[in-house]
Amino acid sequence: MVTAVTSFGRSGLYDWMMQRITAVVLAAYTLLIVGYLITTPDLTYAQWSGFFGHTWVRVFSLLTLLSIGAHSWIGLWQVSTDYIKQTGLRFVFQAVCGTLMFVYVVWGIQVIWGL
Amino acid sequence: MTMLQVSVYRYNPETDNAPYMQEMQVDTGGRDLMVLDVLHLLKEQDSSLVFRRSCREGVCGSDGMNINGKNGLACIKPLSECVENNRLVLRPLPGLPVIRDLVVDMTQFYRQYEKIKPFLINDTPAPAIERLQSPEEREKLDGLYECILCACCSTACPSFWWNPDKFIGPSGLLQAYRFLADSRDTATRQRLAELDDPFSVFRCHGIMNCVNVCPKGLNPTKAIGKIRTMLLQQAT
Repeated sequence: MVTAVTSFGRSGLYDWMMQRITAVVLAAYTLLIVGYLITTPDLTYAQWSGFFGHTWVRVFSLLTLLSIGAHSWIGLWQVSTDYIKQTGLRFVFQAVCGTLMFVYVVWGIQVIWGL
Repeated sequence: MTMLQVSVYRYNPETDNAPYMQEMQVDTGGRDLMVLDVLHLLKEQDSSLVFRRSCREGVCGSDGMNINGKNGLACIKPLSECVENNRLVLRPLPGLPVIRDLVVDMTQFYRQYEKIKPFLINDTPAPAIERLQSPEEREKLDGLYECILCACCSTACPSFWWNPDKFIGPSGLLQAYRFLADSRDTATRQRLAELDDPFSVFRCHGIMNCVNVCPKGLNPTKAIGKIRTMLLQQAT
């Protein structure tokens, strides 16, 4: 058993499952937004704002945002453990990625929920 | 005279500062030789050329090498299947340390094989004669037991190149599943527990280089998928 304290869930199976579940969420959200844009050709700000005023859209958007965070963390962690061989550099890369993701998630919540 | 242009990887750490490609010509007599035959003809020209070989019929797995960019066994790879523009390029298996010329150090490969405990574990009392299997149970081992550990698959896998110390690799995982699938083995739970980390199994991204190169026509990617399913079934 190889130990890995910086991976998302510390378990290969958990990370693998999360990567797939979050991918399904991201795909579903993409379909929703693209579908909305196609069915609403003359989109106005009021319509767009109204669409995001629905609680279910906000909840779905928040779920998507969290999914992006988890999905990209697992992906970039794998990239870093493949290609960055120097431990210090890899740790810095992972720390920067982690911080960025946290910032994006908090900022995204602020935007979506209009806080 | 039918001269084949051969470019062969040479490196002798005792005399060379760096590896280099040696250009040689071989008279094949117009025959569709195996790559191993060409290597023997090369060795007649230059006896310092070093490579591994033993059974010369694709059973021992000694002469795995990179032939015109694709891993394979020199003894069962005919020139007609690999030569392009009358040119043959021979390199050692990629990713492993080179000992000399086409001979690589397989330690890391064997270490991964060792990790999966490649033997039957059974804690029930031994029967008088042997542990029986039904034909159906035996059938589950087909496509798994045939692996000859030539390392063509693992050394064609980028995940193994980047993490040869942590990722078991396609060959080891095919063998891991061979014992997970065996009805006579009772250590399934322990075996799975050893594989549930982010590297051992899950560094496989399913690019199937292993399936593409396996000289025995085996499918490690499928076996890895089955291990994942077993892990998932046990954990959910």
